[in-house]
Amino acid sequence: MSGVLFRRLLIWGLTAAVMILVPLLFKQSFALSMLSQMGIAIIFALSYNMLLGQTGMLSFGHAVYYGLGAFVCAHTLNAIGAGKLALPVMLLPLVGGVAGLAFGIVFGYVTTKRSGTPFAMISLGIAEMVAACALMFPGFFGGEGGIATNRQVGQAWHGLSFGPQIQVYYLIAGWCFLCMIVMFAFTQTPLGRMANAVRDNPERVKFVGYNATRVRYLVFCIASFFAGIAGGLGTINYEIVTAENVGVIASGNVLIMSFVGGVGHFFGPVIGAMLVSFLQSALSSYTQAWLLYFGLFFVVMILFAPGGIASLIMLHLPAARNGLLPRLIPSYLISGAALAVVLGGFITLVEMTYHLEMGEELGKSFKLFGLIVDVTAVTPWLVAAVVFVAGLGVFAATVKVVRRSWDGINVELQTRGAS
Amino acid sequence: MEFFLVQLLNSLSYGLLLFMLSSGLTLIFSMMGVLNFAHASFYMLGAYTAFQLSRYFGFWPALAIAPFLIGILGALTERYGLRTVHKFGHVAELLFTFGLFYLIEEIVHLIWGRAPVDYRIPESLNFTAFSIFSTSYPAYRVFMMVVSMGMLLGLFLLLKRTRIGMIIQASLTHPEMVEALGHDVPRVFMLVFGGGCALAGLAGVIGGNAFVTEPGMAAAVGSIVFVVVVFGGMGSLPGAFIASLFFGAIQTFSVALDYSLLDVVAKLGVSLAPDSGWRQLLSITIAQTAPVLPYLLMVLMLIVRPTGLMGTRET
Repeated sequence: MSGVLFRRLLIWGLTAAVMILVPLLFKQSFALSMLSQMGIAIIFALSYNMLLGQTGMLSFGHAVYYGLGAFVCAHTLNAIGAGKLALPVMLLPLVGGVAGLAFGIVFGYVTTKRSGTPFAMISLGIAEMVAACALMFPGFFGGEGGIATNRQVGQAWHGLSFGPQIQVYYLIAGWCFLCMIVMFAFTQTPLGRMANAVRDNPERVKFVGYNATRVRYLVFCIASFFAGIAGGLGTINYEIVTAENVGVIASGNVLIMSFVGGVGHFFGPVIGAMLVSFLQSALSSYTQAWLLYFGLFFVVMILFAPGGIASLIMLHLPAARNGLLPRLIPSYLISGAALAVVLGGFITLVEMTYHLEMGEELGKSFKLFGLIVDVTAVTPWLVAAVVFVAGLGVFAATVKVVRRSWDGINVELQTRGAS
Repeated sequence: MEFFLVQLLNSLSYGLLLFMLSSGLTLIFSMMGVLNFAHASFYMLGAYTAFQLSRYFGFWPALAIAPFLIGILGALTERYGLRTVHKFGHVAELLFTFGLFYLIEEIVHLIWGRAPVDYRIPESLNFTAFSIFSTSYPAYRVFMMVVSMGMLLGLFLLLKRTRIGMIIQASLTHPEMVEALGHDVPRVFMLVFGGGCALAGLAGVIGGNAFVTEPGMAAAVGSIVFVVVVFGGMGSLPGAFIASLFFGAIQTFSVALDYSLLDVVAKLGVSLAPDSGWRQLLSITIAQTAPVLPYLLMVLMLIVRPTGLMGTRET
């Protein structure tokens, strides 16, 4: 037991150290705002995973609680700025959390009455409803333009005015670390365990005397609370909240984050949130087609790795413990090279199509992989198509190589386990 | 009276179009237990395919070819996509169709761009059918109704009067028994999925030029179709029919009604201070509530009667 405790302390200590040290390595403002975005996304994705991963509730409307929390925070921040209210900016996320919780108590009561597909549908219905309300109540939602605010209000506390982005980052990092610990602790409580049982076998939960609906409701409220905290941090970070924040696309985004990271493990959504935030800010500055690549990545993950990145990592743990990982490397390298060729061909085709479509704005020829590509000529199309198709063939062959080396390792693991 | 009649006809043609989408969706649902998020994306693809085809061959060949192509695309999606994720459970299936919805929108961006395309009503149908008092009613709306009615009749005859229809109906309720009798049930699933997508495609062909063909059309129509299917009762064709006409009417009428509770209050002789919160709340017109109304009704229905109007099952 003390071994487990020691390992956990080590992991959390390392996490805290990384969060403190990372801004010292990446000093550019671009990196700093991306890190802030990641911290918010981690809280949001973990709160979402309370629903999907821990309790088995597929929600299509989790951004409602993030967004409403953010709106309440924006109004609170404006009230502080106007001198009507005295509250340190540092504690503002708590206001968002309470707002998220309040809306979670109201909407959650309706939503969690059912489970499975009806739950998913009601959550989507509520998300659409709130998004449609955004245009009906311009006083609260600010209409098309949203609610703008200013985080530099009240008196600076020990020199913390939250003007510079670095201070905001540390504020977000602090809240993020705190929320991560609390949410992890939640998984270890009786309620957290009961939530797992509700996910796996609700009928049996009833037999042992628990009310599955109430467990779902409680978890839903807690998840809404953390979503609201993330929303409050979002208000401080961006200083603007728009109706898009409560929209269905935002809800889909957090779903994708958690799923890509892996809903079966606590750290899965953390990876997913970091990866998706990184892709969103990195890819979007390079290509117009980034949403296409992103959607394709999501669909490929569902088809071939439904456990997400976390499950892929866990898959390799037994081999790593027995020192067998080096045996996989050659086959991974070959397969990875083939995949790179496939992607190269595919990306060229997609980018050329984009430039053909938006030729007037972007020009008919552009630079890709260091080469000038002219989309009006036939040759680039042919070359890209041939590379793509041939690459697919080679990749399919290399998958067999990977499978063979995995088979060898599995046999080895079994014999070691037996001996 | 004139306003009422014109709106009634409009709501009828819109409701029938909704039914073309919701019938396919509800058939697919009762078969596989999966709510296809991407259903309206096939509607959008139908409209864009018809637009592309009508540039080369004209409207009439496009009307015949586009739904067929979309049907094949749907069947392929079932065979190579949904069937692969089926073993991972319902959540994975739901997520797959969600990802597909996302992807199809991006592919449409890629090929046809972000702006609406110029998909027009064919010249041969661009005339006035009849006039109600002083309003002239376009022939294309009548044509839409005729096509929808024809589709409705065809679907009914197919399901009730043919052998394949009987096998489909049996597979809905007793798939194991049908399989034991020697029918290939997975192939039936593929056909139904493809057929449902073809219907959505047909709706896109005739709806795309009546309304507007743009990348946002899938999301706009998709959520209404979703509401219709849930409201009417998942898996129930009669329920979907009633709900389609009902929401067709709600959407058409509520947008046009510019009354608010404030008018009612004023009629009662109560006047409110111009800047009170109550006044702001009461001054919301029916037209302003139009976007919220369908979702509100759906959530209310799910609370009061989770199976919907005529549905028999919850999941």
